[in-house]
Amino acid sequence: MKNYDSKDTICAPATAPGNAAIAVIRMSGEKAIEIAGSIFIPRKKGLKLNKAESHRMFFGQVMDGEAAVDEVLLTKFVAPNSYTGEDIVEISCHGSPYIQQQILKLCMDGGARIARPGEFTLRAFMNGRMDLSQAEAVADLIASNSAASHQIAFRQMRGHFSDRIRALRSRLLEFAALIELELDFSDEDVEFADRAKLVALLEQLEVEVTGLRESFATGNVLKNGIPVAIIGKPNVGKSTLLNAILNEERAIVSEIPGTTRDAIEDVISIKGVSFRFIDTAGLRESQDVIETVGIERTYEKIRQAAIILYLFDVSETSLEEIQETTNDFRQHLGDEPKRLILIANKIDLMEEIPHHFRELVEWETIFVSAKRKENINLITDSLLDSVNLSSQEENHAMVTNSRHYEALAQAAKAVEAIKDGLEQHVSGDLLSIDLRRALHHLGTITGQVTSDEILGEIFGKFCIGK
Amino acid sequence: MFDNYDIIVVGGGHAGCEAAAAAARLGSKVLLVTMNLGTIAQMSCNPAMGGIAKGQIIREIDALGGLSGIVTDHTMIQFRMLNRSKGPAMWSPRAQSDRSLFAAKWRQELENIPNVHFWQDAVTGIIVKSGNIIGIKTGYGIEIYSKAVIVTSGTFLNGKIHIGSKSFTGGRLGEAPAFGLTADLLEYGIESKRLKTGTPVRVDGRSIDFTKMTEQKGDEQPGRFSFMNTPVLKHQRSCYLTYTNQKVHDILREGFEESPMFTGRIQGSGPRYCPSIEDKIDRFSERERHQLFIEPEGWSSNEFYVNGFSSSLPEGVQYRALKEVPGFEHARIMKPGYAIEYDYFPPVQLTMSLESRHIKHLFLAGQVNGTTGYEEAAGQGLMAGINAHRTINDQEPFVLKRHEAYIGVLIDDLVTKGTNEPYRMFTSRAEFRILLRQDNADTRLTPIAYELGLADKERMMRLERKMDIISDIQHYLAVTNVEPQTINHYLQGGNTAGILQKTKLERLLLRPQVSLKGLIANDANLARFVHAYSGEEMFEECIESTEILLKYAGYLEKERENAEKLNRLENIPLHESIDYLSLHALSHEAREKLQAVKPISIGQASRISGITPADISVLLVKLGR
Repeated sequence: MKNYDSKDTICAPATAPGNAAIAVIRMSGEKAIEIAGSIFIPRKKGLKLNKAESHRMFFGQVMDGEAAVDEVLLTKFVAPNSYTGEDIVEISCHGSPYIQQQILKLCMDGGARIARPGEFTLRAFMNGRMDLSQAEAVADLIASNSAASHQIAFRQMRGHFSDRIRALRSRLLEFAALIELELDFSDEDVEFADRAKLVALLEQLEVEVTGLRESFATGNVLKNGIPVAIIGKPNVGKSTLLNAILNEERAIVSEIPGTTRDAIEDVISIKGVSFRFIDTAGLRESQDVIETVGIERTYEKIRQAAIILYLFDVSETSLEEIQETTNDFRQHLGDEPKRLILIANKIDLMEEIPHHFRELVEWETIFVSAKRKENINLITDSLLDSVNLSSQEENHAMVTNSRHYEALAQAAKAVEAIKDGLEQHVSGDLLSIDLRRALHHLGTITGQVTSDEILGEIFGKFCIGK
Repeated sequence: MFDNYDIIVVGGGHAGCEAAAAAARLGSKVLLVTMNLGTIAQMSCNPAMGGIAKGQIIREIDALGGLSGIVTDHTMIQFRMLNRSKGPAMWSPRAQSDRSLFAAKWRQELENIPNVHFWQDAVTGIIVKSGNIIGIKTGYGIEIYSKAVIVTSGTFLNGKIHIGSKSFTGGRLGEAPAFGLTADLLEYGIESKRLKTGTPVRVDGRSIDFTKMTEQKGDEQPGRFSFMNTPVLKHQRSCYLTYTNQKVHDILREGFEESPMFTGRIQGSGPRYCPSIEDKIDRFSERERHQLFIEPEGWSSNEFYVNGFSSSLPEGVQYRALKEVPGFEHARIMKPGYAIEYDYFPPVQLTMSLESRHIKHLFLAGQVNGTTGYEEAAGQGLMAGINAHRTINDQEPFVLKRHEAYIGVLIDDLVTKGTNEPYRMFTSRAEFRILLRQDNADTRLTPIAYELGLADKERMMRLERKMDIISDIQHYLAVTNVEPQTINHYLQGGNTAGILQKTKLERLLLRPQVSLKGLIANDANLARFVHAYSGEEMFEECIESTEILLKYAGYLEKERENAEKLNRLENIPLHESIDYLSLHALSHEAREKLQAVKPISIGQASRISGITPADISVLLVKLGR
């Protein structure tokens, strides 16, 4: 991270780039209100921006000298009650990139500079407006693509997660104090810590840490999208199906290039829940090219996905073949709960839909025609069924950040080591090493321990102006 | 009448003695000024050195070339290694001392250093010229000049003694306090506060019935504090344990209304971990008894110290309550317990080299910095002596880091966090205590001290020899196998599984049930190998260190890595010229604290109380990290 001069007034678009109905330009710093006042003419006669009330919106025009640039709504926030803790002005203008450019240019002419990635949040953090895990949640919030992940990020930002960790940490601290007591005062008449109670406390801690760690799977899935795999033999219509689903929702969020060229993923949002179709590169190739998806690759996809759509040509596939294949897949499902949904394609080729299939296979079966886009809505409904958002209790803390997950994993390891130590009657001075380690790792989440690496990583993640 | 000295040391307690010795042995011309040359190195409190964390400090002082360890070894009447049943980081040497021999030996050691001179007088003021201290003023109206001054005046500054409703001025019972110096230091902007500590009754041993108490003997194979060739104890005196009871507590309660503590006549804060007996029964009223530890004052003394019975209640109440304690039914008190209030100078006003921020070349060490304990005082005295010498010779300050020594933890804590109660060292104050063991104080510190010029050639050669022997034995254990038939008898006897095929000795040593001595006793080849070294004077220590290094190798490695990480923050310097008050991103509290402490590194800044990680991030961002 380079040296940020926190005295500068900074500005940047707060909305995503591109054409949109409106856009918001945000400006923060000592001179924000002064600069805005010099380029903004309020409709209401006689209103002076520097004297106007905080947290109010004003209608008016942004002027470039004599020429009006745009009609805008301007919101004023006076320090310290703002996102960054500094004076902030937000200008809602029309969404054209040209207008945004013009307004930014005027701000810079007035003495502001373009904000660096994450700089607004960095200032918020530096001014004590949020702790580390809250700051990270903001990055998540900005990047969140779906209602569910938005909820998690929002809760985390409000501190639920850090409260939980703090509570865990303070209990561990109590434990550590008990151990230290018997070390430093062993020659005096002190009562020793009750080992059985310590073990009980550790077990409780383990349950909590494990719970939080497991929530990572859910939390991460909700944040990044539930992984879905479409598998099936060549020419059963996988690519057509994918396109049909994508078109059905008309909500392609993005194509995410993965670590390898092949690992293309399509993410769609269905009613606020993200689904991530993994490894769709193979599916996108032209029908003429013989698909080369090997069986190993299929297994790999099964392993990665939470929901597996097994597509087959209902007009050509025997019941035995389906049973054989699904039994084979079963071996590769692993321990985690996964859904396998059979998609019987090409019903357009059949005279009658073989509904008896449903009774004959144990897996949920949906009959569709990808080509004619028939019954695709049944698939999306079924996908949605996989996620019961209401089960995510409002106050349930959830881990969505991989650094937090790593810290919890390390803390869990340390707790495990303490338990082992207690079992083997390891002396307190050695126990305390692992105790301190656990405390340290929990502390890295709430920011009670700091190092420049962590900060560098966190603030590098932020996008400009968010 | 007086030469110009390099360094004047004010006070002749543990801090003053170490300071004078260190500075003089580094080459400075030192004058030790004390109010009474007859009470040099007087133990004000109990006649014991060391204990948990404190014993480690004495070992460190010795490894650095200080004298406390040597003096203790020559004058102890009992030695115990505490916490043997715990891990090696907790092993803590503790000695009962002969109070008068201890003081005499220190005096003799100081007199053996040619450039230590003595002068009996009270220091009442300092002489300052353009921000530098240049000398002292004394009670006899004399001015003595020097390049630096080290103040180690203990509890004597405006000392006030309390016994029941009576109070009178005094530095120790029967000794006058020192007036004037505090007031003079305040003139230069130094802040002072009050602290309180206490001490128990001394009882005539001829009136104690020891048969009603539990005897506590010294170790069968007593150890030593010094890494040098100091004498080993042949005979020892015992200590005794006894307990208070409800009746004792009831009598003590009768005196509460006359207690200077409870009536608010004592303003200074006392140590929470060393409370008076009245404090204990007041705060822990549910406890039916409290342990008392009876310590002899010397080889031939009949005076006994009743550790755990510290009190400032009226002497009559102390007496009546004590007589209800088993063994003290017919006790005759020789000296009453008392509380003492004294001035200290909050140590955040010092730099890491213990130099005042207000007056250049003025150093403070020991109880005046808010600590308690002989060991803490001696450690500071040694460092102040070294640094005063280095400062007047334009050398870099000598600062020990937290992962290098308890002395480093001590001074960093004092200077960084300050203290509101008498500060005592605990092992838990150290982040990496398994690295700060009593057995490796020499490997940690002697090479540094040798470079400083404080540890002599002989000390360094002993260390090198010890390291060689340890490494030889380590190597042997790492490469040599033992046969099942040789060792299984021993293993199974210790409730651990026998081996099926020949196995490296080093691997066996990793088992908790196996000791190096056990292996030596059962494996003739190993015995033959180590026998070659058995004539070495440090043989026992070598065996002990080898075992620790092998047995705890995993932990040690892990902790070294962690220390390394911490050290990275220690190595990000913060320049003294930073104006924290202008950093508005910092909280108001952080700005003021940082401005006051002026930390030398990000690591130190992070330890200041009230400094949050967010503040540290602000500093890192400021530094462009």
